[in-house]
Amino acid sequence: MLRIKNLEAGYGKLRVLKRISLHVNPGEIVTLIGANGAGKTTLLSTITGLVRATAGEIVLKGQNIETLKAEKIVFRGCSLVPEGRQVFATMSVRENLVLGSYVQHRQGKEQLREGIEYIYDLFPVLRERKAQLAGTLSGGEQQMLAMGRALMAKPALIMLDEPSTGLAPLVVKNIFRIIERLREEGNTVLLIEQNAKAALKVADRGYVLETGKIILEGQADELLANRDVQRAYLGRDVKEN
Amino acid sequence: MKRHLPLALLVLTAIGVQQLTHATGTAFYLTPLTMAAYYSLVIVGLCLLMGYAGQISLGHAGFFAIGGYLSAMLTTRDLTPYQDNPVLVLLDKLGCTVTGQDMFGGAVLHVHPWAAFACAILITIAVAYGIGIPVLKLKGHYLAMATLGFGIIVYRLVLASPLFGEADGISEVPAFPLFPGLAVSGGFESRVSNYYLAWGMVACAMWLLANLIHSRVGRALRAIHGAEDATNAMGVNTARYKLNTFVISAVLAAVAGIFLTHYNGGIGPSEAGIMKSVRYVAIVAIGGMANLWGALVMGSLLNIMSLRGMFGSYDDAVFGLILIVIMLFAPRGLLGLSLPQGLKRLLKRGE
Repeated sequence: MLRIKNLEAGYGKLRVLKRISLHVNPGEIVTLIGANGAGKTTLLSTITGLVRATAGEIVLKGQNIETLKAEKIVFRGCSLVPEGRQVFATMSVRENLVLGSYVQHRQGKEQLREGIEYIYDLFPVLRERKAQLAGTLSGGEQQMLAMGRALMAKPALIMLDEPSTGLAPLVVKNIFRIIERLREEGNTVLLIEQNAKAALKVADRGYVLETGKIILEGQADELLANRDVQRAYLGRDVKEN
Repeated sequence: MKRHLPLALLVLTAIGVQQLTHATGTAFYLTPLTMAAYYSLVIVGLCLLMGYAGQISLGHAGFFAIGGYLSAMLTTRDLTPYQDNPVLVLLDKLGCTVTGQDMFGGAVLHVHPWAAFACAILITIAVAYGIGIPVLKLKGHYLAMATLGFGIIVYRLVLASPLFGEADGISEVPAFPLFPGLAVSGGFESRVSNYYLAWGMVACAMWLLANLIHSRVGRALRAIHGAEDATNAMGVNTARYKLNTFVISAVLAAVAGIFLTHYNGGIGPSEAGIMKSVRYVAIVAIGGMANLWGALVMGSLLNIMSLRGMFGSYDDAVFGLILIVIMLFAPRGLLGLSLPQGLKRLLKRGE
């Protein structure tokens, strides 16, 4: 689905990503974990075209996308749920969802309605709040709206940037349950998280990013059991095991 | 259906006001009303740009002036000395010129108003793209300052250039024969037809803009206003949308400039002044930013009051003051504040 080869990117002279290679297969959840400043968000911004790659390749569904503009990449089937939600605060929940289907403009009204119904089934709370302004939702509801909005584009690959940030533990649990459900429905997910434990629990495979390099990769359960990962990201001392 | 209601109301009001002035013998009001209509055209265009796309422009008087001045210059300048110029010969053959008489009875040659109109609009579009492409990469205060700079440049250019009449401006601009039987001119006999022409144009513009806002494009514009990067991540080409909105509003301003210049029979540098731009921005703010109808209502009211001289020589000061007061006490506009909320409060009290 997504294959990244020797990707480099940064801001001005600052090189943030150093020869990153990773891939995401169709139908799997891949998580990318790493501490603050490791380059997680930069990587997502580069995939979505908001930051230009200085070297390397990004291949989505067999086509190179690293030179495309951000809006073109969405049309190729790659949607981002940005960090900090970024819902359109002054628009209603329903309008946010309709805007999410922007790239699906060829679909008829009936399909649009069905698409929205599907999102409402996935996130029942959004149906209750459909006429409310998005800015008045709680953090967790906004996160759900941001995810629903991205799903409205019917993407081949959905990328989540730190969906658990700033949410209550119970809400986080709910969000991860929905991510699992997304896979059950056949979606492909690239999940970026600081909450390594929760992310690795739902993921199939994982990558560990440190100062712009991928230092570890493997099956999610292997990473969960890995001592280095445990020490660095799960806050558990080695002796405890 | 709900969308067409205000439009119908606008048409009815326009007809009603004309009938009222006719019945009460106060037809002289039609002149400021017609002028206010053209200014409203600038204001609703700016409302689209500011309120919906969220991009401020403090240079819209510049676009108004580009339209007005170019049309005035082309239709008044005597081209007889250049008669043998191949370009002029070609224009002549295409029927883009008119011959007339100057006040001493000598033959003069002008560009036809329609040709001048096309030329002015094309140049406005070119300038709007030329300015918009670099400037719209800026945000907030920086965008305001850059557009302010553009406004100042246009103002100083028309003030300094003999081609545009320096401080005197251009006068004796001929009538604009739109089609047989209807000409844009300030003549006494064509007062009613010009009134309907001006408000008809406003109605057309409102219909177009209201449709635009309720389309997929309009939704994307409002999203840009909220979160630009997130809109981009939805697949919206935000740069192009912002630019095209800027150009649309610039063209509306230029059209208003052209028609008002032919209506008034002249244009002066004050039309290009910074205070004019500030006034347009102030009126959009009073109307409630993202409120086309609010902008139109406030635009017509305040312009009529200003044109009738109700603010005396404190005209500009009044608009400055209005801007401050609105920003402090009613950031969502006068209409947004008082009417719906006041009504709701009244209803609640009733319960």
